[in-house]
Amino acid sequence: MATRAFNGGIHPADRKDATSALAVTRARVPQVLRVPLSQHLGAPCAPTVGKGDRVLRGQVIGDVEAMVSAPVHSPVTGEVVEIGPVLVASGARVQAVSIAPDEVQEFDRFEPVERGATVPETVRAAGIVGMGGAAFPTAVKLQPPKGMEVRTLILNGCECEPYLTCDHRTMLEYPERVVRGAELIASAVGATRTVIAVEDNKRDAAAALEERAGASVEVMVVPTRYPQGAEKQLIWAVIGSEVPHGKLPAATGALVHNVSTAAAVADAVDRGRPLMERVVTVTGNVRNPGNYLALLGTPVADLIEAAGGLHGEYGRIIAGGPMTGMALADLSVPVVKGMGGIVVLDPGDTAPAVHGDQPCIRCSRCSDACPMMLEPFAIGIYANRADWDGTQRFHALDCIECGCCSYVCPTRRPLVQLIRRAKQVLLEKGASL
Amino acid sequence: MSAGATPAPMKVAASPHIAARENVTHIMLWVVAALAPATLWGVWNMGMVAVVLLASCIGGSVGTEWLWNRLAKRTQTLWDGSALVTGLLLALALPPRTPWWMGLAGGIVAIGLAKMLFGGLGWNLFNPALVGRAFLSVSWMGVLADVRPFPGGWYSAIDVPATGTLDAINGATRLAIAAADRAADGGYGIDLTRYYEPLLLRNLEGSFGEVSGLLLIAGGLLLIAKRIIDWRIPAGYIATVALMSWAFGSDPLFNVLAGGVLLGAFFMATDYVTSPMTRTGRLVFGCGCGLFNVVVRFFGPMPEATTFAILFMNGLVPLIDRGFAPRTFGWVKRRG
Repeated sequence: MATRAFNGGIHPADRKDATSALAVTRARVPQVLRVPLSQHLGAPCAPTVGKGDRVLRGQVIGDVEAMVSAPVHSPVTGEVVEIGPVLVASGARVQAVSIAPDEVQEFDRFEPVERGATVPETVRAAGIVGMGGAAFPTAVKLQPPKGMEVRTLILNGCECEPYLTCDHRTMLEYPERVVRGAELIASAVGATRTVIAVEDNKRDAAAALEERAGASVEVMVVPTRYPQGAEKQLIWAVIGSEVPHGKLPAATGALVHNVSTAAAVADAVDRGRPLMERVVTVTGNVRNPGNYLALLGTPVADLIEAAGGLHGEYGRIIAGGPMTGMALADLSVPVVKGMGGIVVLDPGDTAPAVHGDQPCIRCSRCSDACPMMLEPFAIGIYANRADWDGTQRFHALDCIECGCCSYVCPTRRPLVQLIRRAKQVLLEKGASL
Repeated sequence: MSAGATPAPMKVAASPHIAARENVTHIMLWVVAALAPATLWGVWNMGMVAVVLLASCIGGSVGTEWLWNRLAKRTQTLWDGSALVTGLLLALALPPRTPWWMGLAGGIVAIGLAKMLFGGLGWNLFNPALVGRAFLSVSWMGVLADVRPFPGGWYSAIDVPATGTLDAINGATRLAIAAADRAADGGYGIDLTRYYEPLLLRNLEGSFGEVSGLLLIAGGLLLIAKRIIDWRIPAGYIATVALMSWAFGSDPLFNVLAGGVLLGAFFMATDYVTSPMTRTGRLVFGCGCGLFNVVVRFFGPMPEATTFAILFMNGLVPLIDRGFAPRTFGWVKRRG
C-alpha cells in the first residue's frame, strides 16, 4: 500500500545503530525516586499520600478530579520521604512525591488498578498518557467528542526522532502487547480500520508486529523521514487527509496513538498494571548506550550512571530526541511518562549556538523542508521585528515546531525558536488556532 | 560522576539540538568548485589576461565588501564567500579583452551598488555580478562587444577568425556571427550546427568563462546533484530558450550554447538571494528568464540578452514569491 509523502522533511543522521539491537534491560533502582505529580498535559494531581507514609508499588500517590489529567502511581514499594517541588526537564518546578524504595523490590507485584466499566476508565485509572512525548492523557483521546467519528486508528511506530529506539524495542520485544493495545483502543473508539505505521528503518519491528497482527490490524511500512511521526504528517501518509486548520485530527476520522502507549493500555486492561515505568533510550556519549526500563521518578543522572556514565566530551544533554527534546540544565530531573530518551550529544553534533543576527540568504531550504508548507524565513523576519500580525499572515500558528527549518538553515537563524515566540504572543493576544 | 551529580558546565538551548553542517561558506565554496573547471580552462586558453581579469573583478568585489563593512562598522562578512563568488562570476561573464580597471569597476559596482547599498547579503534585489556586468556594458559598450581572442594564452595556436567580420558587429561572439549570417541571408537558413563543437569544447570568441559549455554544464549538474541549486531554474531556463528559439525558426541547441545562457542558467539565475523561494516559483522564474532571453536576443537592440533577462526577472521575484506562495498544509476546503 503506497503512502503519501508529506512536503519536505529532513534526513538527519539517525544514530540509532548504537541502541537499536540492544534488548531492554531494567535500570537499577535509585536511592530516591522523585515522582512529579504533573507528568501530563492538563491539571496537575494532588498528592494522596503524606510524608512518612508507606506506599506499595502501583499504589496511587496523586490524583485529581479534572477531566484532562492522569493519576500518578508509586513505581516502588517504599516510604514517602518528601512532598514538594522538584526541578523537571522543562526547567519548571513541579510538586512531586519523593519515595525512598525498600531494599528489596518485587517488580512483578504491584497494586492493580481499579478496573473501570470501560477501557477509557481503566486507562485513566492506570495513569496512561501519550508516551511519544506529548504526554496528553490517553483516556481523553479514547472518548472522541460527540459528532466525531473515528474510522481509522493509527498507531505511531515511526519513531522519527534521531537516536531514540525505545518504541523500536517495544515493538520488537512486546509486539503482542502493541497489537492487543491497538485492538482495545480500536474497539473503544469504534474504529473500523487499524494501522500500525512503522518507518522502513525498523523492518524487523514491522515483521514482528505483522506476525502477531490478526486480520483486523494492518502494519504499514512508511518511508523514513523526519517528521514522519508527526501526527498530521502521519495521518496524511496513512489515509491521505489533511487535518484542517484549527480542527482536531479526529476531524479527518483518524486517531493517532503511540505504540508504547498502546502497549501500556494492553497492560492496564489485561493485567491491571498502572504506568509505573517506561523504556528510555540512553545514548550518545555514554559508556554503555542502551534501552533501559526506568522507574518513573528516576533521576536522569542515575540513568546515565546505569548506562556507564558520561563517556568523553559532551555537548547538550537532551531529554527526549534531539529535534524536539529539551536540553537539561540539571541532571537531577526525573524520568517522566513522556520521556523516551536521554541523549548525550557529542559537542561536534550539537547545533552551534544561534545568534539570530545573520541574514537570511533566501536559499529556501526552510520552506522546502517545512512539512506544514509554511515559509519559516518570512515568519522569522516578522517575528524579529515583533510584527506579530505579519507572523499570523504567514500562518505561524500552523507550525508544528518540528524544527526542520532551524536544522537546515545555513545561516543558523533560530527559525523555529522565533516561530514559537510568535505563536506564544499570538495566543496570548487571543488568536485562535 | 557520582549518581545525582550534574557535571559543569551544562549547555542549554532551545530545540532542535542538532543541525545540518552546511553553512553559507560551504555553499559558496561549492559554487566556486563547480566553476573551477570552466575557470581553469579559460585561464589555460586565454592566459595571463584572464588571471588579471579574475584578480581585478574579485579584488573589486571583495575589496569593496571589506571596505564597506569597515566604514559602516559592521561585522566583517568576507568569510561567507559570497563576494568571492560575485567577483568570480563577473569575471567569467566578461570577454578577456576587458581592461583590468573595468573589471575593478565592475566588482566595485556589483558589491557596492547592487549588494551593500541594499543591506548586504540576503537583501539585494538584483544579482550583483549581473548588475556589475550591466554597468560595464552600458558604460563601455564597445569594449565588452570586442570578443576577439586575446593573443597571448597558453595555448599553442591561435585560430583567430576573420577579425573584419567581428569588428563590424556589436554582438556576442558566435551569436554575432550567426546574426551577421542571418542578416546576409535574410533568413534563418544557415547551418548553426557547425558551432556546436567549439561552443561545447573550446570557443575563444566570448566571455572568458564560456570557453567550454560542457564544463559549465558539468559544474551546474554538480551543484544540482549536491542540492546546492534547484534544477527547476536551469531546466526551465534552458528548455524555454530551446523551445522559443525553435519556435522563432532558429537552432535550439545553438541558442542554448551561445551567448552566456549556460552561465546564466546554472550560475546567475540560481543565485539564492535574487531567485524565488518556492519550487513552482523557481520553475516560473527559470522559464521567464528563458523567454526574455530569447525575446531580447532576437528582437532587442542590445546584445546583453542574458544579463538583462535575468535582471528583469530578478525584479519580478517578490511578485512571483507572492503569487506562488505555498498553500499551508491543512488550509484546504474540507472534503465532504
